[in-house]
Amino acid sequence: MQNFQGVGVSPGRITGSVRQMPKPVSEPPSGEKLAEGISPEDAVVRLKAAAQAVHDELKARADTASGDGKAVLEATALMAKDTMLLKSAGKLINAGTSAERAIWEAGASVSEMLHNLGGYMAERATDVLDVRARIVAELRGVPAPGIPSSETPFILVAEDLAPADTATLNPAVVLALVTSGGGPQSHTAIIARSLGLPAVVAAHGVDGIADGSEVYVDGAAGFVAVEPTDEQRALATAWAETSATLAAFDGNGTTADGHLVPLLANVGGAKDAVAAAGLGAQGVGLFRTEFCFLERDTEPSVDEQAAAYKAVFDAFPGKKVVLRTLDAGADKPLPFLTDATEPNPALGVRGYRTDFTTPGVLERQLEAIARAASESEADVWVMAPMISTAAEAGRFASLCAAAGIQTPGVMVEVPSAALTAATVLREVGFASLGTNDLTQYAMAADRQLGPLADLNTPWQPAVLRLVQLTVEGAAQEGSGREGTAKPVGVCGEAAADPALAVVLTGLGVTTLSMTARSLAAVGTVLKTVTLEQAQELARLALSAPSATEARDWVRAKLPVLEELGL
Amino acid sequence: MPERTATVASRSGLHARPAALFAEAAGEQPVDVTIAMQGQPEDEAMDAASILSLMTLGAAKGDVVVLRAEGDGAEAALDALVKLLETDLDAE
Repeated sequence: MQNFQGVGVSPGRITGSVRQMPKPVSEPPSGEKLAEGISPEDAVVRLKAAAQAVHDELKARADTASGDGKAVLEATALMAKDTMLLKSAGKLINAGTSAERAIWEAGASVSEMLHNLGGYMAERATDVLDVRARIVAELRGVPAPGIPSSETPFILVAEDLAPADTATLNPAVVLALVTSGGGPQSHTAIIARSLGLPAVVAAHGVDGIADGSEVYVDGAAGFVAVEPTDEQRALATAWAETSATLAAFDGNGTTADGHLVPLLANVGGAKDAVAAAGLGAQGVGLFRTEFCFLERDTEPSVDEQAAAYKAVFDAFPGKKVVLRTLDAGADKPLPFLTDATEPNPALGVRGYRTDFTTPGVLERQLEAIARAASESEADVWVMAPMISTAAEAGRFASLCAAAGIQTPGVMVEVPSAALTAATVLREVGFASLGTNDLTQYAMAADRQLGPLADLNTPWQPAVLRLVQLTVEGAAQEGSGREGTAKPVGVCGEAAADPALAVVLTGLGVTTLSMTARSLAAVGTVLKTVTLEQAQELARLALSAPSATEARDWVRAKLPVLEELGL
Repeated sequence: MPERTATVASRSGLHARPAALFAEAAGEQPVDVTIAMQGQPEDEAMDAASILSLMTLGAAKGDVVVLRAEGDGAEAALDALVKLLETDLDAE
């Protein structure tokens, strides 16, 4: 029996058999020649056989897929035995290059050609690179890269998952995610929460678990055990029952004593918005608008943007939808807006700052938002990401006013904005804490790095203190005039952790926005505490000397978490 | 050499699903078939069975393309492929 401890990022207790995600295919060395004794003719025959095998495998997967996924797989299958690709590889082989290197280079040049065509073709460029990697894996006799295809459900173990893996991750087959790398804010964590899969990240050593081993995963405790005990099996069975009761949120976020904390959803497009509304979300606390812009070479038109925004607004008539203006840069580069050669992109021209270097894009986006808002019944609020100073907040508010947008706000994710919240909030109508970036900047720790996972948690007392300062700043700003303080919400991953949600409520946060899958769990736990108890737990967490103790102390006072396996 | 002209009928042009269906059909013919945009020199024509060639050709809805083939069954192959090009494959 072997146990592993990592960081739990998405709750759930489950047992299942392990499938390891194969390592990415490494590039065959530049200038690699045909091995001695192998004729170019033999190498071409080998290459064609490998290409055929890759084609057959992808075709078989296409036959079982449906919709857009099926069409993409069918096209990708054809690429594998494409004459243009194989002929250009054949020429290189005849000049003495190894089959692996030849297909690698041929794939690169075709992919570049497609990339330069832009639009839809540019999206297919990555498919060519995927096919190339599969053919090289086939030639080497190693497993194909990517999530293993399997008809029997399994627990996926990987180093880390990339955003692109989401497309091929079938939640009907993948039971849970376990990674050796990544942190609580990594893509794996975000994917797991959005799919509602139990997940553990930064569990060192799990890459050594053999394929087919039976394991127990506890996604709340961050625990993985090989060869589960009878007790662990019983816990997994119990979880299956409680998770069914946790599936529904009644659409009323409140503490036990009736202090209302609306629970909102984070969405990235109309499909998410409709799903979130179905899961009881009381509105949208973070509408990410990047989907409209990603994988494009040019800016979408105002008409196109307005139609896309309206589709989201229409899912929440009469309810609040907080839209975040374009947040490009760092891990979300855009060719027409950001500079990929920046040495330090997380500290570079990103978020609101792209307006410094490419003015106009933000104004046109605001125009599209205002138009969509006027044509819908949603209560639309608009906020800018990566605001650092009151002057920036003021300028954003005047751009919003010029576009006819009523409620401008800011994301608080740079510590300077939290520290000067009173003056920042004088300029705008509300603030929303983006705890993922706020944590990364407060702790000076890259979100994606596994070795920094312990630093990169919103349970860090320093991060909680920044949340508190923001709420205090809002109260201070509101004290000089009639009425109450301006709203301060949280829209980072922290809000999806039921224990943290209680702490944030105790700190005075007014709304919590999360992936819609977490609404039920957060709503259930919030109803078990009074506002006064939440405030007591907030004080406890703030007084802790470390993130681990803050989390453990708070969890110990919330036994409902253990009962529900959260 | 037998040749035919055809007007691309699919809404998305010879991209995506229409390109895949057309390349697959071209590959199933007993003869090699080439494709070029109308007016393009014959020696720049590309393999019609190659989805990547079709994608780089970039034919949009309404564009006229030229199909060529030689040998036994060429005429029938061209007729079948013209019919496919002139069908809106996105609608199916």
